[in-house]
Amino acid sequence: MKFKALTVAALTVAMPVMALAGPDDDKLVINGEIEIVTKAAAPAHMEETGIDTVMSGWHFRADETQALEMDDFDNPGMIFVDQAIDAWNMAEGSEGKSCASCHDDPSSMAGVRAVYPKWNEAAGEVRTLAMQVNDCRVNKMGADKWKYAGGDMASMEALISVQSRGMPVNVATDGPVKAVWEQGKELYYTRTGQLDLSCASCHEQNYGNMIRADHLSQGQINGFPTYRLKNAKLNTVHARFKGCIRDTRAETYSPGSAEFVALELYVASRGNGLSVEGPSVRN
Amino acid sequence: MKLTYLTVAATLVAGSAFAAEVGPKEVKYNDDTAIEMSLTGVAGDPEKGAVIMATKSKGNCVACHEISALSAAFQGNVGPMLDGAGDRWSVGELRGLVVNAKMMFEGSVMPSFYQVDGFTRPGNAYTGKAGQEPLAPLLSAQEIEDVVAFLATLKDE
Ligand code: HEC
Ligand code: HEC
Ligand code: HEC
Repeated sequence: MKFKALTVAALTVAMPVMALAGPDDDKLVINGEIEIVTKAAAPAHMEETGIDTVMSGWHFRADETQALEMDDFDNPGMIFVDQAIDAWNMAEGSEGKSCASCHDDPSSMAGVRAVYPKWNEAAGEVRTLAMQVNDCRVNKMGADKWKYAGGDMASMEALISVQSRGMPVNVATDGPVKAVWEQGKELYYTRTGQLDLSCASCHEQNYGNMIRADHLSQGQINGFPTYRLKNAKLNTVHARFKGCIRDTRAETYSPGSAEFVALELYVASRGNGLSVEGPSVRN
Repeated sequence: MKLTYLTVAATLVAGSAFAAEVGPKEVKYNDDTAIEMSLTGVAGDPEKGAVIMATKSKGNCVACHEISALSAAFQGNVGPMLDGAGDRWSVGELRGLVVNAKMMFEGSVMPSFYQVDGFTRPGNAYTGKAGQEPLAPLLSAQEIEDVVAFLATLKDE
């Protein structure tokens, strides 16, 4: 006799142990003023997934970890935002310019995080925020690229994210980005490595469940970059993707690769409607 | 000298006391779901099986299953609780489940513990680097027999 995996999964849901699992119902308000939408109606393109509510990873973390994100004085990620303000104002490269020379105050970046990755018409490509920052560094400042998932980039992403905290993620899924979005979706559902697991195996089929000591979230990226207590630094989206694929005993892709750019666009679109939350705090 | 995987396997088999070890590519299912024959001909040791199931670098079954008989901390619940598995399944079915749960549960997220090739982007263990197929199976034939022996003891009297 053969069983469909889902039948058994449905049976286990009825078991009492599941009462312990699941996301909580807490509310996230940062500094007592920025209301963060951490649960939202799933975007239309997710209809076939059976998920009707998308949720920030914040709901799946312990109360003490959650609390660290509710006040910027407690959020260790904010130290890196301060460092990025210095970088923002510092002239570098052959043109003798800083980010501030052209973009004035970082507040000019309000709304930017929410719509990235985004189509760049002139370059004819989908650009992540990191790609855009490096484009400015190389082509506008005559400076060296930052390492794609390195500390300087993560900090600058945090500074840019902060300007959009509370605004809804709203990345495009069709028009010129359509093909890349489809590629990202394909990657999301591809089972990799010797453990033969896809992003969906853990973050779509099993969010709310425990995998050993980890409470599985939906793997959303609205909170990136994230400060992780585990490694005490800011972590970029692509570094997180890399870690998750590595954990399937697979050969990973590199940060900044076309595959991860596509995957980022697709995963970001699964969070359309959630607030930009970065830098968030996770374990 | 360049050894192919089969030569190595053959050497191992010849070197073991029982020349009957069934390799990952030779496993035979009855009725698609059960493997009646022992993979080694050597009776499994349930105590070793219990250790393998709780060890992260081995079976790590507790990552996804709760098993009351094991004291390992942080048992997960991606899969069902395994208490009573010895009542629910025959030994052949338990062996079939550990070797390749997808035979019984189509599309299961449970890894196949005795599979060496046919993966997408196989890696070199947890390094994130490319691995060369055939990979070593997640558990050896005897480790699988040990795990099956332990699972068979999980009965709700
Ligand atoms: C010489 C001027 C100049 C400098 C210096 C510069 N930029 Fe830009 N930047 C631009 C222009 C012009 C654009 C508009 C879009 C384009 O080129 O595609 C832009 C676009 C951007 C965007 C995308 C905004 C959007 O709405 O999509 C980001 C993010 C950005 N820059 C970040 C930076 C950062 C961070 C630095 C410093 C490391 C920097 N820029 C330095 C000129 C500059
Ligand atoms: C074996 C299970 C597993 C697989 C497969 C997996 N992840 Fe994860 N992932 C985790 C765990 C565990 C965590 C940490 C807890 C959590 O947030 O779920 C995590 C965290 C994340 C986070 C951070 C969420 C946050 O709020 O900070 C993202 C993003 C993510 N995963 C994306 C992915 C993507 C994309 C894939 C596919 C390439 C993937 N994961 C595959 C287990 C997995
Ligand atoms: C990544 C998660 C995962 C891991 C690791 C895992 N399993 Fe499973 N297992 C499952 C799921 C999920 C099911 C339920 C079948 C389905 O729906 O796919 C299952 C089903 C089973 C069953 C049948 C369920 C029953 O009725 O008792 C047995 C027995 C079993 N697993 C044993 C093991 C053993 C032994 C190991 C370690 C060698 C292991 N599993 C590792 C996820 C896992």
